[in-house]
Amino acid sequence: MHSLDYDVERLRNIAVRIRRYIIEMTHGAKSGHPGGSLSAVEILAALYFAIMRIDPEVPNWEDRDRFVLSKGHASPVLYATLALRGYFPEEELSRFRRIDSMLQGHPDMKGIPGVEMSTGSLGQGLSAACGMALAAKLNKKDWRVFSLIGDGESQEGMIWEASMAAAHYRLDNLTAFLDHNGLQIDGTNREVMAVEPLADKWKAFGWEVLQVDGHCFAEIIRAAYKARQIKGRPTMIIAKTTKGKGVSFMEDKADWHGKAPSDEEKDIALRELEVVCCEC
Amino acid sequence: MSANTATRDAYGKTLVQLGRENPDIVVLDADLSQSTKTIMFAREFPDRFFNMGIAEQNLMGTAAGLAASGKIPFASTFAMFATGRAFEPIRNSIAYPRLNVKIAATHAGLTVGEDGASHQCLEDVAIMRAIPNMTVICPADGIETEAVVRAAAAYEGPVYIRLGRAKVPNIYNKDEYSFQWGKGITLKDGGDVTIIATGIMAAAALEAAEDLGRSGISARVIDIHTIKPIDRELIKKAAQQTGAIVTAEEHSIIGGLGSAVAEVLCEEAPVPVIRVGAKDTFGESGTAEELLIKYGLTPGCIMQAVERALKAKGR
Repeated sequence: MHSLDYDVERLRNIAVRIRRYIIEMTHGAKSGHPGGSLSAVEILAALYFAIMRIDPEVPNWEDRDRFVLSKGHASPVLYATLALRGYFPEEELSRFRRIDSMLQGHPDMKGIPGVEMSTGSLGQGLSAACGMALAAKLNKKDWRVFSLIGDGESQEGMIWEASMAAAHYRLDNLTAFLDHNGLQIDGTNREVMAVEPLADKWKAFGWEVLQVDGHCFAEIIRAAYKARQIKGRPTMIIAKTTKGKGVSFMEDKADWHGKAPSDEEKDIALRELEVVCCEC
Repeated sequence: MSANTATRDAYGKTLVQLGRENPDIVVLDADLSQSTKTIMFAREFPDRFFNMGIAEQNLMGTAAGLAASGKIPFASTFAMFATGRAFEPIRNSIAYPRLNVKIAATHAGLTVGEDGASHQCLEDVAIMRAIPNMTVICPADGIETEAVVRAAAAYEGPVYIRLGRAKVPNIYNKDEYSFQWGKGITLKDGGDVTIIATGIMAAAALEAAEDLGRSGISARVIDIHTIKPIDRELIKKAAQQTGAIVTAEEHSIIGGLGSAVAEVLCEEAPVPVIRVGAKDTFGESGTAEELLIKYGLTPGCIMQAVERALKAKGR
């Protein structure tokens, strides 16, 4: 992204379509993770439709920007975004989590165009993103690496190993987002294992830290643009989000971390998702 | 036989040569570069060497990201931490997407010596062998190590290379040695029994076979450097032609070479198999030599195993 030009109306409409797919995919698969997918919709839409330099016609274009979904259980939001961006036909989405489908429960880089890293076991994607950023530096290339981690995921020790290394190697071509929805399977972060103060922790580990409303395109895109200008250290964009965003009965409910909607719940959700849920 | 070399030394030297030949070779270590010998590469190619600190999971995950971006990373630390601490990043971030990462782990087995049980990894082959897409190689000496490291760099996919701390006798001659991926090497022919060895136990197996020859027992000796995928045909043929098998490894008899050979033979050519290795035990502090004696990893122990195998064959 070289400028701040983007069409926010288009992005909002894309977000609506991604959310609808998340509901349809998890309902169809009778499994999957709607909560943490819905919380990351604006981040993914902004990355793939406004921020990243990519070419869906040539998924392996050498100079493309890379994105690693470290919180791999949010695969529905990634798959829906990739399909809408043109990496593969939208019809594929109905095969999510089915036998012989390329759309595995968690991202599989070998089978899915546009997926840069196989993830799903928490804590590992950020390390791979560091390796990619190191490779870009070695090759003196200007492509950038983006990653999305979760707040629950931040309980993994490996995240902090990667955090230390990214600062040590001054990976200013690495921008990570933290989907800070405050919830994980067993309850709130606070109940399960306190992660705060996250901003202070990342700052202490040597990162530039920016904080945004994770459902506001303007704030997300401005932060990613700002991260580009920061030299000598990686940037963490802590995005305050709502788990289950856009579906009233899913919002802020840990129960919806990894549960599929029933037929009736799906119908209610899709009715709610006929309109834009975030006006920012 | 030429001079003694530790396989980790041969690894360090070969890495430097590879670094000169191929700019895509990068090396990562976890604060053990002086011990793993990656420091030799680090000195000549500081820009392509990444010390990841004492953080083995991130070591493997970063290597995966470098491989996903076209680099050929060699990730090194001790076998214990590589395969134990970082098992899951190896499985999920390297092997599952079949990324081109070479895990070269040193200080495997009892011959770590004085550091004791916490550092003497006797389970690494079992752990790595169970992972789909993973190739597992354990070279016998410095000559074979050089060939293995070169072959691993040329191969596209994840490889685990098991290396040792202690000096071992060179059983090969550099000019005559030729490495073939997945093919065992018959070091000595024989018709009564076959000793199948890997790593430093290949030299011990040769010594045992010579002694057995003096007592009129003709023992075949095979070096299995590639434990996975294993040379099924060579093992099957040895079983059919000699009727008894002894395996020898500096690793637990659970899940290592002995298990791999037994798996092949019970399906394809059942004959008596006696496994020489660590017997479901942790090690302890001591010199390498003392440990090999105490834990039953000597030529004499192989000879005793041969006697048992021959007795079982005769029944």
